[in-house]
Amino acid sequence: MIFLQLFITFSKIGIFNFGGGYAMISLIQDEVVNKHHWLTTTEFTDIIAISQSTPGPIGINAATYTGYTAVINAGYPEWAAVLSAVMTSLSIMWLPFILMISISKYLIRHKDSLAVANIFTMLRPTVLGLILAAAIMLMNVENFGSPTDSTFEFIVSCTIFILSFVGTRMYKVHPILMILLCGLAGLIIY
Amino acid sequence: MSIYSDLFLTFSKIGSFTLGGGYAMVPVMEREIVDKKGWLTQEEFTDILVVAQSTPGLFAIDMASHIGYKYRGVLGGIVGALGVALPSIVIILLIALLFQSFKDNIYVEKIFMGIRPCVVALILTPCFRMAKSAKITKYNCWIPIVCALLISLFGVSPIWCIIVAGIVGFIYGKYLTTRQ
Repeated sequence: MIFLQLFITFSKIGIFNFGGGYAMISLIQDEVVNKHHWLTTTEFTDIIAISQSTPGPIGINAATYTGYTAVINAGYPEWAAVLSAVMTSLSIMWLPFILMISISKYLIRHKDSLAVANIFTMLRPTVLGLILAAAIMLMNVENFGSPTDSTFEFIVSCTIFILSFVGTRMYKVHPILMILLCGLAGLIIY
Repeated sequence: MSIYSDLFLTFSKIGSFTLGGGYAMVPVMEREIVDKKGWLTQEEFTDILVVAQSTPGLFAIDMASHIGYKYRGVLGGIVGALGVALPSIVIILLIALLFQSFKDNIYVEKIFMGIRPCVVALILTPCFRMAKSAKITKYNCWIPIVCALLISLFGVSPIWCIIVAGIVGFIYGKYLTTRQ
């Protein structure tokens, strides 16, 4: 039952997400692309692009889109997909909400606690690893083209990748502007 | 206007006008909630910020639900969370509906062929910025590297990495305090 699976999967993603939207990309990718095959790698990459250029948290954006697409791909009508999109977005929110309400008083009182600080000295580098993994797993034939079968696409992709990295890292180009420029480049080059 | 609709509208305004998610929302929330509406004091807001950073879940949702909860209890929390999430849900649903009919369009495909490598770079860029706030040194840089390799090469679930890191951090902390 796809609706129940979506609910369980996104509840899990919600409760294990420490460290913001980028860390969540890795969790969603693992569950949605690798395990359940609800989305292909390219669909997933496109969602990240769309999420980065629309307002709101990337986790909600990805949840909404996955909830919609997975149900459409399973052959259900559009209204079921819209319902599923809303349900999936809510499933990512409810567990952290209950947890937050139950421990918020404790956490505020112990916000300088050593135990919490120690857990986070380990969690922060790990979350960084999660984000690195997401980037590594997206460097594949679907997103970059194959060096042997589609050499032209591969070279263009690598160039776009390097320019985007240098542009956003060294010259502080805004991510949305970068996405627009690369889309324009794709339209002209291909 | 009732308190709850005010709460809902304030958060959906924050949700619809903040690009870049999570942390980009903090200054906007602070201005709206503390300066304009006066629902929380500066100190309460800072407390919530710390708690939202150390609890799981989406940062923006955590912030919104916690602020709503602090101001008007459980219902306030639910209203705040739904308010901040609703604009994203509606926008993405509209795009998904549109995209369904556009995705086989050859020009759309060309545009996305250009965008995909850029997205990978956009995920990689914040890693370097975050390395600073995560206090990465030559002694702990193996943690993100090993973790990234485990996930990408050996198919280990990121959830396990999070669980193990949390437990190890807790035990190591206990060990440090007992040794002192």
